[in-house]
Amino acid sequence: MIITEALTKWFDDFLAVDRVSLNVAQGRVLALLGQNGAGKTTTVRMLSSILKPTSGRACVAGFDVVSQPEKVRAAVGVLTENHGLYGRMNAQEYLEFFGALYGLPLADVRGRIRRLMEGFGLGHALKKRLGEYSKGMRQKLALVRAMLHDPAVLLLDEPTSAMDPESARTVRDAIHSLRSSGRTILLCTHNLAEAEELADQVAIIRRGRVILNDSIDAAKHKLLGPVEYEARLAHPLNGWNISLPDGVELRERGENWVRFHIHDPWLTNPTLLRQMLDAHLEVISFHEVPRSLEKAFLNALEMAAEGEGESHGRTV
Amino acid sequence: MAALSRALYPAWVIARREVRDQFRDWRIIFPVVGLTLIFPFIMNWTAERMFNFVNEYGATLIADRLVPFLLMIVGFFPISVSLVIALETFVGEKERGSIEPLLNTPLKDWQIYLGKLISSTVPPLLSSLLGMGVYLTGLAINEVPWPEGEMLAQIVTLTVVQAVMMVSGAVVVSSYATSVRAANLLSSFIVIPSAFLIQWEALVMFWGNNDTLWWVVVGILTLAVLLVRVGLAHFQREELLGRDIDVLRIRYSLGLFWRSFKGGARSPLEWYRRVLPVTLRRLALPSALVLGLVIAGIIIGWRQVERFPLLMDPEQFRDYETGMRSVLENFPISGPAAVLAVFWQNLRVLLLSLVLGVFSFGVVGVFPLMITMGIAGYLLGLLSANGIAVLPLAAGLLLPHGVIEIPAAILATAAVLEMGTVLATPTPGRTMGEVWVMALANWARVMAGVVIPLLIVAAMVEIWVTPRVALLIFH
Repeated sequence: MIITEALTKWFDDFLAVDRVSLNVAQGRVLALLGQNGAGKTTTVRMLSSILKPTSGRACVAGFDVVSQPEKVRAAVGVLTENHGLYGRMNAQEYLEFFGALYGLPLADVRGRIRRLMEGFGLGHALKKRLGEYSKGMRQKLALVRAMLHDPAVLLLDEPTSAMDPESARTVRDAIHSLRSSGRTILLCTHNLAEAEELADQVAIIRRGRVILNDSIDAAKHKLLGPVEYEARLAHPLNGWNISLPDGVELRERGENWVRFHIHDPWLTNPTLLRQMLDAHLEVISFHEVPRSLEKAFLNALEMAAEGEGESHGRTV
Repeated sequence: MAALSRALYPAWVIARREVRDQFRDWRIIFPVVGLTLIFPFIMNWTAERMFNFVNEYGATLIADRLVPFLLMIVGFFPISVSLVIALETFVGEKERGSIEPLLNTPLKDWQIYLGKLISSTVPPLLSSLLGMGVYLTGLAINEVPWPEGEMLAQIVTLTVVQAVMMVSGAVVVSSYATSVRAANLLSSFIVIPSAFLIQWEALVMFWGNNDTLWWVVVGILTLAVLLVRVGLAHFQREELLGRDIDVLRIRYSLGLFWRSFKGGARSPLEWYRRVLPVTLRRLALPSALVLGLVIAGIIIGWRQVERFPLLMDPEQFRDYETGMRSVLENFPISGPAAVLAVFWQNLRVLLLSLVLGVFSFGVVGVFPLMITMGIAGYLLGLLSANGIAVLPLAAGLLLPHGVIEIPAAILATAAVLEMGTVLATPTPGRTMGEVWVMALANWARVMAGVVIPLLIVAAMVEIWVTPRVALLIFH
């Protein structure tokens, strides 16, 4: 649904996006992470056929972003960083205006507006001037606008940045629902917990270049090492000493708990558990130690910076 | 037809929204209502008083001219609001970020542009026409005679084309600015020429030359069409969102100018052999056009003798040789300073042509050469009408340096004309500023490679050779 190959964008002598290659299948969510000015917005603008790539190619919803820009824009819903609403219009007028620009029949648009607005808890504010909307309401309305023409692909730039927790939950639920209905979503966000919750895969972009592009689990594995599991026991360990199966390393131990680095949990965990039970250890819980995407993201940036420093040192 | 109507529909949707938005903004409504419904009455009152006053002294001609002039003013004021609306609708949207959702729709660039152009032009224009209607009604009530039909048609047409010109000019200005503040500063490039234009139109109107006023209409219409084309060429998603163009990058601009000027040549010889011929070949058509205008200028100048005759004494022109010797004795100009003075005079005219051309897409840039040729044609026609032999004069005093100077001037003017064409033509991937710098480099290439060397030679010939050739011929 979204395929880019070595997508590059120069603004005169500034390289904004550098050979970005992505592949997001239908019904998947990709979180595009990066610092401010990393090239996320430029990438989104190229994917929505607003900016032309300097080189490389991109295909969105089956259409080429350079040769079929109108088709790409018809198939894509974009939530922009600036919501850019017209303050003197009310929501009904505003959405009908965009419906007309997308060539949707008025009766269909009205029904869809009502459903979407009610879904986002804005049913009561249809006739309210947009200038009177709160920040969160504006953001939700911009999301409604992006979804109005039922696009196959959604490019969402910070969808919950200005929202209260309840509204953010509503939006996240909406994104889950869109994903379930087969929509492909590219999500730009600084909220890494949100990215972790919503995305299937993650791409980290730094200075225009993708430094990591993988599933969230694989990304964590690459950046934080093997998965860590913790076993909690009913009684103190008292000098427990068993040989661990291959692929398991003892990481830490306490009075009644122990942590392992496990390279392949699917293969090793049943064996490990069996050995623990055979050793008469009373296991209360055995669970993966949570590792945040934030830590992985920061590690990725640090490693990229170190890499650049080394390469710079070599050049010098 | 159905396809056209389908293509135009989104532009109509945008125009409708923008107009509705304008009518909700009191900052637009108040001045428009004031200028439409109150200002015409003030002008009526002024017209009536002035009409009665000048008629008391029998100066009916002034009254005749004053009534249409005030009508023009009544029409012009509301359309000046179109400038504000256009800047707001193009740059204001860019500044507030509300243009991006619009750019994300499947609309083509021209559909968005057209919608905005219509919404910026039509309401002020309608209010302008309404204001003129109110003014004319007031005249009828006060029993002040209306301007004649042709004049009325001219004023209405002028108002319409001026509105389109100002709005399309505002769009061009908008493409240079990323904030309303910057656009307002740049709008003086529209306001000042428009103010001059109105003064000039008023002058033509008081002169009472209807034919000239129609030519003014044609000129403004041409300019408006060119501006619409330029606006359309530069109203591109890439330019609207892709660049921070408020920043003046002198080093980058100079670099671009130098690269364009060199055209990839690695040595002056290569530049002369490879780059310059390509540039000159591109000037073939504009040069032919300028040559046609030069001939037209001479003919028009020659024909003005019938309108502005001047009696001369042919006896004074019998002995060219003595006259020439007397001139050379009284004005002994033969040093390098004289060559420099002639060269500078010619160069100055061509620079004026460049300045005029830059602000008018090359159109007004042809005027200096055309007017010079018109004056030459008039003088030759005058001599001929007074029975004075023109050929020896032309051969002796103009031909020796003219064969070098006139082609050089034609080439320089053609380069200005070409520059205007380039500015009015879409150049994908380039900003208007870049196109402008590159066009200027193209003009500089022609000047440095051909025109300036020819002008130097022509100046030397004019000072050192022409007088001798003239003496030989007259002897």
